[in-house]
Amino acid sequence: MNLKYDIVIIGAGPAGLAAAVSAKKAGIDKVLIVDRESSAGGILNQCIHNGFGLHKFKEELTGPEYAERYIDLINGTDIKVLLDSCVIDIISSGNEKEVIVLSEEQGLLRISCKAVILAMGCREKNRGNIAIPGSRPAGILTAGFAQKMVNLHGYMPGREVVILGSGDIGLIMARRMSLEGSHVKAVIELQTHPGGLNRNIVQCLQDFDIPLYLSHTISEIRGDRRISSVEVSPVVDRSFPDRTRSFNLDCDTLLLSVGLIPENELSLKAGVQLDNVTRGPIVDGNLMTSVDGIFACGNVLHVHDIVDWVSEEAEYCGRAVASFVKGEIKKGREIPVRTGKMLSYTLPSKVEAGKPAVLSLRVLAPLENLYLCVRTGKDILYKKKFRKIFPSIMQRISLKEVPEDAQYLETYIEN
Amino acid sequence: MKKEIICISCPNGCTLEVDVEKGKVISVKGSECKKGLEYAKNEILNPLRFVTTTVKITGASLPLLPVRTSKAVPRGLCQKIVKKAAKIEVKSPVKIGQVIAPDILSTGADLIATRSLE
Repeated sequence: MNLKYDIVIIGAGPAGLAAAVSAKKAGIDKVLIVDRESSAGGILNQCIHNGFGLHKFKEELTGPEYAERYIDLINGTDIKVLLDSCVIDIISSGNEKEVIVLSEEQGLLRISCKAVILAMGCREKNRGNIAIPGSRPAGILTAGFAQKMVNLHGYMPGREVVILGSGDIGLIMARRMSLEGSHVKAVIELQTHPGGLNRNIVQCLQDFDIPLYLSHTISEIRGDRRISSVEVSPVVDRSFPDRTRSFNLDCDTLLLSVGLIPENELSLKAGVQLDNVTRGPIVDGNLMTSVDGIFACGNVLHVHDIVDWVSEEAEYCGRAVASFVKGEIKKGREIPVRTGKMLSYTLPSKVEAGKPAVLSLRVLAPLENLYLCVRTGKDILYKKKFRKIFPSIMQRISLKEVPEDAQYLETYIEN
Repeated sequence: MKKEIICISCPNGCTLEVDVEKGKVISVKGSECKKGLEYAKNEILNPLRFVTTTVKITGASLPLLPVRTSKAVPRGLCQKIVKKAAKIEVKSPVKIGQVIAPDILSTGADLIATRSLE
């Protein structure tokens, strides 16, 4: 096996695959993708539902179909995909990077390259992250793990199910578990609004008459060896549960859909600085991290909701990395990107004056009748009207050119 | 009679106000595109859904093959289609798009593989 590549991409999910195809297209010779699973496709392989690719392919594909589009593109090139292999370290020395890989087939590998793309995606928050009180019985799983068990391995986690969290993963599993014969008793949501897409509220909850309890949380888990019930309480002021108004739901399974964490342990090991809000690397306009030659894209950079934008971002990253490897990146004057009120973050945190820029951002709460804007000083570079805007849908803004004389960019909301 | 529904044609999820009288859709308000109008008519009179599920596969690297209906089918048949699919067993190799069960439950939709597996 060749141990010298131009680019090593960590993760063969939608981000890694798209970045690889894009880098190859931009003229990079030796591209390697490393993934710890036994097949490429990442999280898409277990997302057997449809709704992917509406923007990219103008079709409603299922997860595996979307993945196979990119796998087919890879198969038509000499991009090498190393599966069943885990990257355990990235060492930078001078202009070279050394990627240490534990491969099931090939043992310990030290692969040298000029640039690395981080595309490891996310892991799920579990009970420990949100500290649900009560006993510690079996039968508590994250929704994504349950999805993997049901859709890839043919296991049913349980029959009487309660789901905590109304993000898309929780909603999709409410439907899946129902269709496969279990009784989904309720979806419990801490916020005042659902976390997932409206279409999933309709297709996954309304279609199955599954009640959604907004502004509620699980205040206690009960059960000895196996979970037997949960206590559900209304939440006061989006903070603490009011147990005087609680009710019980008997169950044998609790699925948790309570948030994703970009998986950046490896990034931290490599010396990459992370952003407190996104929990992903701080990047510049080329999606390069604080470590020269290490780039990031997809869910590991910030949590996405639509895979089409993951592919776009990864394709952009692939082109940027290609320029970097070819020594063609001419860095212009960098200016900071500020995030205004009612917005939770804007990515990247800096852009270059005089160049085009793509900004990704989210609002903090559902809002109505507003303008989403980008300005530099008094000049408004972008202004879009929204009747409704949701935190659960990431907004992408393409600026043809950041003015040459701009000192900063600011994203903000105007009524 | 006025009904409020959420359009599911795309992730925007526009809230539509539909006026229905004697089984006919009189007006649809609130959609931002043409798909919304189509969706509203169908949703009130004959709601359709895509069904995505798995069937068993032998001789492959995984025990299950993901499948979907080739087009949307009447909402009331979704559960029956999943139950029928659970009894189907195919042999590897399977190519993406391969028809696993033609015209499932006489809906005019085929059950097709959404992944190549071997």
